[in-house]
Amino acid sequence: MNDIDRRTILTTATIGVAALVNGGFSAVAEAQAVGDPVQAMTTRLTVNGRNHSLDLDPRTTLLDALREHLGLTGTKKGCDQGQCGACTVLVEGRRINACLSLAVMHEGDAITTIEGLGTQGDLHPLQRAFIEHDGYQCGYCTPGQIMSAAGLLDEVARGVPSHVTGDLTAAATLSDEEIRERMSGNICRCAAYPNIVAAIRDAAGAPS
Amino acid sequence: MRSFTFERASSPAAAAKAVAERPGAKFIAGGTNLLDLMKLQIETPTHLVDVNRLGLDAIEATPDGGLRIGALVRNTDLAADARVRRDYAILSRALLAGASGQLRNKATTAGNLLQRTRCPYFYETALPCNKRAPGSGCAAIGGLNRNQAVLGASEACIATHPSDMAIAMRALDATVETVSPDGASRAIPVADLHRLPGDTPEIETILAAGELITAVTLPPPAPGVHVYRKVRDRASYAFATVSVAAILTRDGGRISGGRLAFGGLAHKPWRVEAAEREIGRGAEAVADIVLAGARTSEHNAFKLPLVRRTLAVTLTEAAQGTRR
Repeated sequence: MNDIDRRTILTTATIGVAALVNGGFSAVAEAQAVGDPVQAMTTRLTVNGRNHSLDLDPRTTLLDALREHLGLTGTKKGCDQGQCGACTVLVEGRRINACLSLAVMHEGDAITTIEGLGTQGDLHPLQRAFIEHDGYQCGYCTPGQIMSAAGLLDEVARGVPSHVTGDLTAAATLSDEEIRERMSGNICRCAAYPNIVAAIRDAAGAPS
Repeated sequence: MRSFTFERASSPAAAAKAVAERPGAKFIAGGTNLLDLMKLQIETPTHLVDVNRLGLDAIEATPDGGLRIGALVRNTDLAADARVRRDYAILSRALLAGASGQLRNKATTAGNLLQRTRCPYFYETALPCNKRAPGSGCAAIGGLNRNQAVLGASEACIATHPSDMAIAMRALDATVETVSPDGASRAIPVADLHRLPGDTPEIETILAAGELITAVTLPPPAPGVHVYRKVRDRASYAFATVSVAAILTRDGGRISGGRLAFGGLAHKPWRVEAAEREIGRGAEAVADIVLAGARTSEHNAFKLPLVRRTLAVTLTEAAQGTRR
């Protein structure tokens, strides 16, 4: 069982469900197609270092391109309206909500998802820290939390201030208050917040 | 989301022309507000003109000692710019008080000015809203209107403008530069950019069809203590209930003058220059003038004392030098 990961099981289960409700899915697709001609656009994305060329309906969000077209389901769809942060990815190194961007707006962009941050054998320091500090419960928001934290650490390194930064002209430091403010775009329904803050503090090498 | 066609503009004037020539066309920059509204079919553009690659993303010094901010400068980059942090702290503070880290990385300077209201009835397509469906009525009047406007509203609409950045821009006397479909450019004081709702709340700015914002220019730095104080329902990632952007001059231990712009109160950034002449007499004297003509709804009368208190603590802390 060890060599069957959770995604394999989920994929298998999903195929079963899809077979059962296939008629329903087709009806939805047809209803959307009426009066809605779609011209696909070829979009090139570099995702986790690999080049892809996708023919996409312009409506496809970056999030749906990653999940539905590239099978990178580590990036989660939570609210799909920019409020929860579960879909956070890095575009050209900067964190954004993948749900609030069209894939066609990212022609030629380099995108990093949770799958590209670390591997099972070589975890990113943030991934290790989230495990070490138990920075999750159900885990659904975790990829977004970790990608957001990766973006945050880069912003601090570049001297980007925050709402709670005392002196705007001084170098940014990473107190717990700063971590909480800078992570406010990521919601954790299980409220693992204290451990998330501890994990980010640890990965940043900041004193508690 | 309704289907649309998509093109990348080659120049600002070409973008303006592309939008002006096609009914139902819209610009897209950061897209953080537009796409949210498109998913709900509140916005249903048939054609999108992507302006992200027009190179309007520089922050440059102007000959008179001000700053010219490209329309596409992202909120994070504007807030983090060393000149803005040093000379226009009120702008950094306002930007950092808004949205989340992810959204600030995507949202642009011009898009921030043009973002639409967060009135819950504008978002609820099952209910009337004169802004979303002109002539349908206003469900916020008589509805849950705790966060609606108390100044400059109309019988047709009591929505507020949600931007923090725009409040700071108003206090800074910023100017918006645009290009029109015929290639002509014009400069619009930010004070004149946004309209009050009147009978046509669906028309939110004075921009013509296809007119594209290319930059926002700041005059030379205004000396004084820069404060952006935002009161909201949670400490981060929430829209303002009341906000005050203040640039205050200190004379000894007291505040002698300055500029004040308010957010959360109206359909546009609210500034009353006549009130600023009373700053030396204290918060109550100022608030009496700012709030003259205020009309509250069932649930938002609390905003009037909240403005007074927010102003009082802003002036007191600035006088004492205790507010960062």
